[in-house]
Amino acid sequence: MNGVHDMGGMDGFGKVEPELNEPAFHEKWEGRVLAMVRAMGSAGAFNIDTSRFYRETLPPHVYLASSYYRKWLLGLEDLLIDKGFVTKPEIASGHAQGNAKPVKKGKLQLENVEQSLVRGQFERPAPAPATFKPGDRVRAKNIHPATHTRLPRYTRGHVGVVERILGCQVFPDSAAMELGENPQWLYNVVFDAAELWGPDADPTVKISIDAFEPYLELVPPI
Amino acid sequence: MTEPDHHHHHDDHSELSETELRVRALETILAEKGYLDPAALDAIIQAYETRIGPHIGARVVAKAWSDSAFKKALLEDASKAVRTLGHTGRVGDHLVAVENTPQRHNMVVCTLCSCYPWDMLGLPPVWYKAAPYRSRAVKDPRGVLADFDVSLPKDTEIRVWDSTAETRFLVLPMRPNGTDGWSEEQLAELVTRDSMIGTGFPKTPEASS
Repeated sequence: MNGVHDMGGMDGFGKVEPELNEPAFHEKWEGRVLAMVRAMGSAGAFNIDTSRFYRETLPPHVYLASSYYRKWLLGLEDLLIDKGFVTKPEIASGHAQGNAKPVKKGKLQLENVEQSLVRGQFERPAPAPATFKPGDRVRAKNIHPATHTRLPRYTRGHVGVVERILGCQVFPDSAAMELGENPQWLYNVVFDAAELWGPDADPTVKISIDAFEPYLELVPPI
Repeated sequence: MTEPDHHHHHDDHSELSETELRVRALETILAEKGYLDPAALDAIIQAYETRIGPHIGARVVAKAWSDSAFKKALLEDASKAVRTLGHTGRVGDHLVAVENTPQRHNMVVCTLCSCYPWDMLGLPPVWYKAAPYRSRAVKDPRGVLADFDVSLPKDTEIRVWDSTAETRFLVLPMRPNGTDGWSEEQLAELVTRDSMIGTGFPKTPEASS
């Protein structure tokens, strides 16, 4: 979706402000939110793409005005309500009221926490050979799906070069909508800054994205 | 669909913010429904507060600086190479190490959210997840580096890696001069978090002493 989360190339947000000796969490509740998202994800209530999609669908003014973990909280509440794990009256009352819908993988147990912190494996058997190879010129398609996608807007319509093949992986556009993993080949595609930002761009800069095959089309050699 | 269309009535918690109340309410509901164990949440938080942090990535970088065979393996398949180091804990798949050279500087961003090599560097800093960095890193990386008081020679190539899938990028910074004969432990002390994101350099021997 063309959401405000898709920030690459936007102007006006000001300077980056590094913080010296930054703590892991600035408020206690931030840790609880992070851990709740991790625990519910591990329990199989949702996949990582769906949880990202729920943060992206926060209204733009809420997204921009909310701290990082506040966004996580709001997205988590919306997701759990939509998927039927909690109800609005429960959220309003602060207590469980009805029966729990089963979660796919079961409650995250204390002894499995360590394992749950290891990142998932997203590579899957390939249904077909990769279409592109390193060195191929490809255009990021001019597509604007209204649902979740990982093709950033600033690359759409622009031509880059495939630098490496990253395997066949879970396709977020499908997984986020709970339409199955629909594995797709993934490529690292590199763009010259001038291709993305015009002739005045810094000639020493190159930008790459990881792009799934459905995002790309072959550009014939010059 | 997101802002509260309801009001909390926790008069006994009047000192807590609206957000804190909401977080407590949600955790209570999820625990009461048997979806989660609060002790598991404690353990997750503790892991990030005490065990998982940039010291893990720093050991990997120091090893790469010291052992050319390891460096080669790291650049070929970082997840596999890191797993050969027993002491770095568990690392996920899809880790890619990118090497800084005198000709090329690498910088990592996630313009769409906050993708970051958590198992190597711990939780991302606030600035990494915030709009200024996410918006500008791909368009004006030299300007962003200036915000970190970092400047590169004019002709150095800058490669910005936008983490748009599940690949996680770790920058392998250049080994500082004046560190010949240093042990891996000594070298690891020079490796900063930002040098592994590409928004900083390792400490110099002078600065670290």
